[in-house]
Amino acid sequence: MPLLEVKELNKSYNSEIQVLKNIEFSVGAGEFISIIGPSGAGKSTLLRCINRMVEIETGCVFFDGKDVGAQNKKDLRRLRTNIGMIFQHYNLVPRLTVIENVLHGRFGYKSTIGGVLGLFTEEEKQRAFDLLEKLGIAEQAYKRCDQLSGGQQQRVGICRALIQEPKLILCDEPIASLDPNSSKIIMDHLKQISTELGITCIVNLHQVEVAKDYAHRISGLKQGEVVFDGASPLLSQDKIEHIYGMETRELITV
Amino acid sequence: MNEKIMRKKKLQLTFVFLIIIAATYLSSAVTEYNLFESVATIPAAFAWIFSNLIITQEALERLPDILEKLNETIFMSIAATTIAAVFSLFLALMGSKTTKANNILSVIARFVASLSRNIPVVAWSLILLISFGQNSVTGFLALFVATLGFLTRAFIESIDEADQKSVEALTATGATYFQIVSKAVIPQSLPQMISWILFMIETNIRSATLVGILTGTGIGYMFDLYYKNLNYNIVALITLTIVVAVIAIELISTRIRKVIL
Repeated sequence: MPLLEVKELNKSYNSEIQVLKNIEFSVGAGEFISIIGPSGAGKSTLLRCINRMVEIETGCVFFDGKDVGAQNKKDLRRLRTNIGMIFQHYNLVPRLTVIENVLHGRFGYKSTIGGVLGLFTEEEKQRAFDLLEKLGIAEQAYKRCDQLSGGQQQRVGICRALIQEPKLILCDEPIASLDPNSSKIIMDHLKQISTELGITCIVNLHQVEVAKDYAHRISGLKQGEVVFDGASPLLSQDKIEHIYGMETRELITV
Repeated sequence: MNEKIMRKKKLQLTFVFLIIIAATYLSSAVTEYNLFESVATIPAAFAWIFSNLIITQEALERLPDILEKLNETIFMSIAATTIAAVFSLFLALMGSKTTKANNILSVIARFVASLSRNIPVVAWSLILLISFGQNSVTGFLALFVATLGFLTRAFIESIDEADQKSVEALTATGATYFQIVSKAVIPQSLPQMISWILFMIETNIRSATLVGILTGTGIGYMFDLYYKNLNYNIVALITLTIVVAVIAIELISTRIRKVIL
C-alpha cells in the first residue's frame, strides 16, 4: 500500500478560480518526488492539502492508511506529527534560539501544559543537538534565529522537521530564497534524509534542473492539473515547455 | 503640465490656511475670547506664580507626608497597569484576528475593550465614585478600567503584527492552540507589549493625580486640599515632587525599552 494516496482532489478558494482539479497520484514509502510548475499552478495548495493546513474541498487524501479529511481535531494533530514541513521562508520564531526552535518539532507529542512550560526530556534535547550536529550548525545552538543566514535558518527548519520523526516531509520551495551554494547544501541534506533515513520527501521546486538532478520522480502541475507524472529522465524538453507553457529558451534554468 | 499641478497644490495650501484663520476668528468671536488680551495677562500670571508658588522651609517640613502620598499614587498606578495588563493579554488573545478561539468571544473582547477605552478616565472616576465611594479602591478601579481598554487595543495590534509564518509551522507540527500562542505568538509580540505597559505606567502616574483629585485619594487629594486652603507653598512642593517622579519614571522606562527592543 502506498504511503500517500490522493484521489480526485479538488480545491478552490473562491467560486471563480479552481486551484486544484481532480488531482490523482500516489507516493510510495522512501520516494523522493518533486512537484514543478509555474507560479499559481497550485503547488503550495496541493502540499497543504496533504497535512490539511488548507481544508480539502472534495476528494480524499489517504496518509498511512488514514483518511486525512475525516480526522477530528485531536487525530489530525497526531497525524501531523508524522508529517514534517519545510517552508520557503523557514518559518522559525525569530526571537528564540536555534535549539528552542528545533524542540518546537516535539510539541505534537506533548500535552498542552508540557509544551507551554517547555518540559523536554533529556533524550529529546540530546536528539536535537545530534540533529544540529548532523546538519553542521551545532555551534549556533544558542544563537537567536534572526542572527543566522538564510541557509542556516533552513537547516534549523530541517532539524525541526526531523525531530518529529516523520514518515513524510513536505518541502514548499525550500531553496527559493537561497543562493546557489546554500541551495546545494539544502538539497543534498534532503536527498540524504530520503536515502539514509528512508523518509519520503515531496519537494515543490521552481528550478527544473534541480528537480531533474535530485528527484526520482517528477510531477508537473499546470493550472491545477497534473500534466506530467513520471521518472525524472522522462521529463523531456517538450514536456517542460508544455508545463510552463512557453519556450524553455526563455526560461532561466538554474 | 507639472507647473500647473504645482500651482494648483500651492493654491490648495493657501486656501486651507485661509480656512483655518477664518475658523479661528469665528470661534474666538463666538466664545468672546480675545487672543491679545490673554497674551497680555501672561506676565501677570507668571508674576503670580513666582510670588506665590514658592517652596518655603515650612512647606518642606510636610515633605515626608507628601512623599508617602506620592508613593501610594505611584504604586497604585503600577498595580492598576500590571493587573490590567494580565487581563488585557487574555482579552487581546480572544480579540485578535489571528489567535481568536471563535467569533463570539472575539466580538465580546473587542466590545469590552472599546467601551472601557472610549470613556475617559475622568468619567470613569466619577461613575465609580457613586458606587464605590471616596476611597483608594475607586481610584484604582478607574485607572484599571481605562488601562484595560487601551492595553487590549495595543496588545491586539502587537499580536496581529507578529509574523504568522511561525504559527503556520507550529500548526504543521501538530502543536496545540496554547502551545502555539505561548511559543510562537507571545515571544514575538512581548517586546512591544512590555513597551506599551511602560508607556501606560507613565500615563497612569500623570492621570492618577487627576483621578486622585476626583476620588479623594493619593497625591491628587493632597494637592486639592492645600490648593483649596490657599496654601500655595505646599502646592508648589507637591507639584515639584510630581514632576520629578514623572521624569524619573520616564527615564527608567526609556532605559528598559532600549534594553528589550
